[in-house]
Amino acid sequence: MIAARTADLLAAIGRPLREAVEGIGYATRSFFNLIRVSPGAMRRPGLVAEQIHFIGNYSVVIIAVSGLFVGMVLGLQGYYTLNQYGAEQRLGQVVALSLVRELGPVVTALLFAGRAGTSLTAQIGLMKAGEQLSAMEMMAINPVQRVLAPRFWAGVIAVPILAAIFSAVGVLGGYLVGVQLIGVDGGAFWSQMQAGVDVRDDVFNGVIKSFVFGVAVTFTALFQGYEAQPTPEDVSRATTRTVVIASLMVWGLDFMLTALMFNK
Amino acid sequence: MNSAVSNLVEIRDLHFAYGERSILSNLRMDFPRRKVVAVMGGSGCGKTTVLRLIGGQLRPQKGAVTVAGEVVHQLDTAGLYRLRRKMGMLFQFGALFTDLSVFENVAFPLREHTDLPEELIRDLVLMKLHAVGLRNAAGLKPAEISGGMARRVAVARAVALDPELIMYDEPFAGLDPISMGVTANLIRTLNDALGSTSILVSHDVHECFAIADYVYFMSAGKIVAEGTPAELRVSQDPYVKQFVNAAPDGPVPFHYPGRSLAEDLGLEARA
Repeated sequence: MIAARTADLLAAIGRPLREAVEGIGYATRSFFNLIRVSPGAMRRPGLVAEQIHFIGNYSVVIIAVSGLFVGMVLGLQGYYTLNQYGAEQRLGQVVALSLVRELGPVVTALLFAGRAGTSLTAQIGLMKAGEQLSAMEMMAINPVQRVLAPRFWAGVIAVPILAAIFSAVGVLGGYLVGVQLIGVDGGAFWSQMQAGVDVRDDVFNGVIKSFVFGVAVTFTALFQGYEAQPTPEDVSRATTRTVVIASLMVWGLDFMLTALMFNK
Repeated sequence: MNSAVSNLVEIRDLHFAYGERSILSNLRMDFPRRKVVAVMGGSGCGKTTVLRLIGGQLRPQKGAVTVAGEVVHQLDTAGLYRLRRKMGMLFQFGALFTDLSVFENVAFPLREHTDLPEELIRDLVLMKLHAVGLRNAAGLKPAEISGGMARRVAVARAVALDPELIMYDEPFAGLDPISMGVTANLIRTLNDALGSTSILVSHDVHECFAIADYVYFMSAGKIVAEGTPAELRVSQDPYVKQFVNAAPDGPVPFHYPGRSLAEDLGLEARA
């Protein structure tokens, strides 16, 4: 009796664990398959460019508006804190470092997951439900190479560009609040920023972060769409899974990358 | 069917199951070149599965499907894709690419598989669309055309590369009588004009009998009757009679198998 219960308990723990490991293994294999067929997709840069245009257009407005407000909030909060130590001249540096190192890549990736990621998942899921991907296979066209790979590389290229837009507009937002509204010296704002932000350590590391987030978010969105059951319920569940999984991956990867990059 | 005729597709001793659930068993079929062969049967009898096995989208547990002399399930991915370039398939609801225009849908296989100049692609696409009567709808999106028109565009796309084998999965489903007649006529005309072989999966007796050279009747994953439309019209086989006359009960029961009504209502227990 006790042995049977123990076996049941072990099975109850082991089954979801095994399924989780299987799921991660399958996703990893799919990721490398996507990478394997990518040279074929990259031979047709027009397809990637078309998707960058499509995906970028989806996200650029929300990214720019969010960047502006995040920069404005950083300007306000930064000023309140720095003012206590008489260091408000350093506001430009604080705003810029916060944006290029952390908020630019992270918030862009989260917004991208919610805006373009869900759209990619729904698009691929509906293409599957409408047998469009099967039709491609029957035309001897690999749908992973023709449909998924251009979208993947478009996302990987678009996220760093969007993060750069976010950070640039954010700095402008910080300037508007700090310099134009509160009255911090404009010369000090820009010169402290220039002196305190290192291109390799700060900007380049921020670009690497946004590149990694672009890979994680875009692959998650495409994988969820491609693996969704061809039903309206599962396609809608897949879009939700995209936001949840991609967001958690962004936070987890952000911690790891920050620990690796800024550990001095 | 007469085995002396050269067959483009041959199915031998085919078994297929999804897990424990058997879908097809011991299937033997021949699809001679240049003929229109209909595979008929009720919903869920395994007709579409036959098409998917011929196209290599599924692998059989036992037996083999041979297309143009090649055993489909033994081919690697490159071999399968090479073989599929000889095939065209019409999916049940057309499966048109919704983000592309009618023109671009038909041009899609030409652009993907050939390096033809744009002028030639344009001419070929317009000729294919002309054949299905939709040349003037070239600029429309799939969302702007009717279901019958979408099916005809899908036919034009399926024959864009002049395939040896054209497979039609329920081409008449959901069509009005005029569109149905137009589509049936199109299938026969295209088959004869291109010299291809057509496999027509459908449960529409009238249209299939009008255009098919040979008909297989399937039930529960097995062939239950076969012959020319003329032979089947006078067949005394109970399954064929039920199907052709659309009788609600017969070898194919109206009720899903399981417990009886008396059992469910508890009448047997009281008795």
